[in-house]
Parts: sequence; structure tokens; C-alpha cells
Amino acid sequence: VNVAIPSPLRSYTGCAEVEASGATIAELLDDLERLYPGIRFRMIDEQDRIRTHMRIFVNRERANGLNQTLRPEDDVQILQALSGG
Amino acid sequence: MDTTSSNPVRPAPSRSAPSHTGPVVLLVGTRKGVFLFHSDASRGRWTLDGPHFLGHLSYHVVLDPRDRRTLLVASKTGHLGPTLFRSTDLGKNWQEAKSPPAFPKVDDSESGRVVDHTFWLAPGHAEERDVWYAGTSPPALFRSEDGGDSWAPVSGFNDHPKWGTWTENGADGTPDGSILHSINIDPRDPQHLYVGCSGGGVFESRDGGADWQPLNRGCLADFSPDKYPEFGQDPHCLRAHPLAPDVLWQQNHCGIYRMERPTGEWARVGDNMPHDVGDIGFPIELHPRDPDTAWVFPMDGQEVWPRTSPDGRPAVFRTRDAGASWQRCDAGLPREHAWLTVLRQSMAVDTADPVGVYFGTTTGSLWASRDEGDSFERIAEGLPHVFSVEVAELSP
Repeated sequence: VNVAIPSPLRSYTGCAEVEASGATIAELLDDLERLYPGIRFRMIDEQDRIRTHMRIFVNRERANGLNQTLRPEDDVQILQALSGG
Repeated sequence: MDTTSSNPVRPAPSRSAPSHTGPVVLLVGTRKGVFLFHSDASRGRWTLDGPHFLGHLSYHVVLDPRDRRTLLVASKTGHLGPTLFRSTDLGKNWQEAKSPPAFPKVDDSESGRVVDHTFWLAPGHAEERDVWYAGTSPPALFRSEDGGDSWAPVSGFNDHPKWGTWTENGADGTPDGSILHSINIDPRDPQHLYVGCSGGGVFESRDGGADWQPLNRGCLADFSPDKYPEFGQDPHCLRAHPLAPDVLWQQNHCGIYRMERPTGEWARVGDNMPHDVGDIGFPIELHPRDPDTAWVFPMDGQEVWPRTSPDGRPAVFRTRDAGASWQRCDAGLPREHAWLTVLRQSMAVDTADPVGVYFGTTTGSLWASRDEGDSFERIAEGLPHVFSVEVAELSP
């Protein structure tokens, strides 16, 4: 699965797009964590909730949770909102 | 004043304890990153290294005094989750902690607690190499046994049957989040711990964190229907003296207090501050060799609590007689129109002779005194909002 990485997380990946695998978003995030240790906890809290300012889109549609299934040809975008000064 | 008579366990304070003679590094955590200020041995010239982690909320930066090389940074961004960074070469290289402080996952994730940020870092006892403690928001205690790389909850506090009562379930309404701070470890006994909780009070454990008791008798909570409750006070900063660990000081929301164990009773020594200044503030720092000497940075706690220097005239206040009297120390500081705020972690002392006193402000200035507060020099300005200042003492 192709995954677009927002700039605040590129210190982990070193690039804006990466390939990772998983049949669900949860599995995809686990694979990202395997590839880039530490990245998952910056996006997902210890109760497996997506952090407030993080968004995950699949084929431009907002994902409805970590259990959403994925196909290998899907495009996943991880986005982060910015607010405050 | 005979300060040794109240407790036979307490060692006699000694001004002959070792004083640091080498360079120091000021470890400055800010709202936008970490700045390291390296001094020469005179502490008169400073060289900036940084920023590190530009854009990261960096709450606390602490050197491990046991190896004088390992640095930990408690950090997050405004939008990413909290983490810790480690350096084992004084900040030349950094690695992220393998598993930062986090609560256990629970089946009902909606009710599960989540660490918003790690606020306070404390190296463990000198004999427990690689042990660190961390305090978080919401108020919880975590422990590492591998130099800060991986962390586990201290269940004795975090899951204490009274945790929800002590901390208002972790959400007492503190603007920046209710926190656990001021982790003090008795240098005579690694099992003996003190912590402070904003809106909760001071708590003590004598069994390594397995169980805890409030330690707030004599301390005012003027915002509470019961003015002297068992818990619920608001300690801003708690310090146990390193050479006389039965002497505790705290800068509280409701004044400056001192306690000599085993009395278990706080005495409001801030009543001896000048009344036009008051005894409200955030930080308190202790002389490394004299348990009767302390420094505070008073702020305006009247009406709506501006929490800035009273009358716009900033000053450090110092006592040398256990709080019986206080001296205004403002030489070198702005004389007027300076509305400074110094947060609870933003004041620090070194162990040189004479002691260096340092503080950073939320308006981004950094100040140093090489003469125990007699005079101050500004060593930086234009920094981001300063969250914390710590001293790292390097080998001579």
C-alpha cells in the first residue's frame, strides 16, 4: 500500500511516500512501526485512538477506524492538521 | 538556628561538601525546542548549542548526574503524540526512546487514560544506575530501568484506589493540564519518594512507589471549602535538600512552606516575605550545601492572578535562615516595566562556590548569577517561551 506521510512525520521515514503492507489500517500502522520505530505512537495513542489532529484517508475518503480493510492498490494519506501558534 | 536537633536521622549540614569547579551547561527546554548554553569554568562566557528539536514543545531537559553524559528530553509537538529523546553524548546525537511513558491499554478504550505529555524527568537514586522517573499529564508516575529508553507505569500511584480522588481523575482544570511533578528521591533510601501533583498535593512513598500517603498537613488550600484538607493542595514545586533530605521546601499556590521531618507539618515561612511582594510563585531552589538557604521568584497572586513580577519589578528573593527572613535580589535585573513569569521548572542552581542561580522567563530571556543571587546578568534573550532550566555539571 502506498502511504503519504505528512511533513511532521518525515523525520521517521525520510521521504513523503512509503510502501507498507497490511490488510487493515491497524496492520498497516503496525508495519509502519516495524519499518520506522516510534512513528505509530506519534499518531495513535495507547488506547488505539487516532490522535486529535491526525487524519487517515483511504483513496481520498476519511477512514472510519483502524479496522477498515485495505487492498494492495489503495492509496493511504496520513494528514496532520495544524492549529495554534 | 540549630537545624540538626529536630531529627536524629538527618545528617548535619556541611558547607564543606564538594563544590563543582568545572564548566556547566544550562539545559533550556522551551515551547519551540531545546537550547544548550555551554559555559567556561568561570561561568562568565556562554556558547549556544541549538536549537535541538526546533518546533517541539520541550518540557524538561535533564542530565544524568551519574554519568554526566546522558541527556533526556521530554517532548511532543502541538499535534503529534508525546515522546522522549535520549542522547548519550551530551546532545551530539539523539535517539528516540523505544517506549515512552504510556498508560496500559484497557479493553474499554473510551475510558482508558492517555499520556498527554511527559512533564518532569528525574534521575533515580545514585545506587540505581539507569533508573529514571517521569511525571506526566494527567498526573501519573513512570519508571525506566534502562536509562530512559523504555518506561513502565508505577502502578502503586497510577492505580492507587484514591488516584481519582487525589487527581480529580486527572482533570482538575489546570490550564496546561494537571501534572505530576517534583519527583524527589531520598539519597539515603531509593525506596523513599516524594512527588507533587497540581491540584492534588504532596505525596510520599516509603516502599518504592507501591503505596502512597498525602503529606499536606499545615498547607493551605484557600480555593477549597476545607482550607486545610488532607489532600487537594496545589504544590508548584517541591524540593528535598540533597544533604539534609528531611528538610523539605515547597513553593505552593498558597505560599512558601518548609518542613522538617519527622514532624509531617508544613510551616508557612513565606509569611516572612515582604507583604507588598507576597509569597506566591512557581519555582523554589535550594542551596546545595546549606538547607537553610533557598531562592524563589515571586509573582503577583492578587485578584485574577497575573502571575507576573509584582509591580513589573522582577526580583529573586533569598533566605539564609530557613525562611525567617528574605532578601530581595534584583541587581542586574530590569528595574521596572518587566512583567516576567518564571515557571516551576525554569529556575536552577549549580553546586559551585559561590552557587550559580539561573532562571528563564516565558518571554524568552535567560538570566544567571554567579554570586548566589547578589547580581544577575542576562545571558540570552529572544528565546521561545521557557518551560524549564536545568544545570548540567561537566567534569572539570
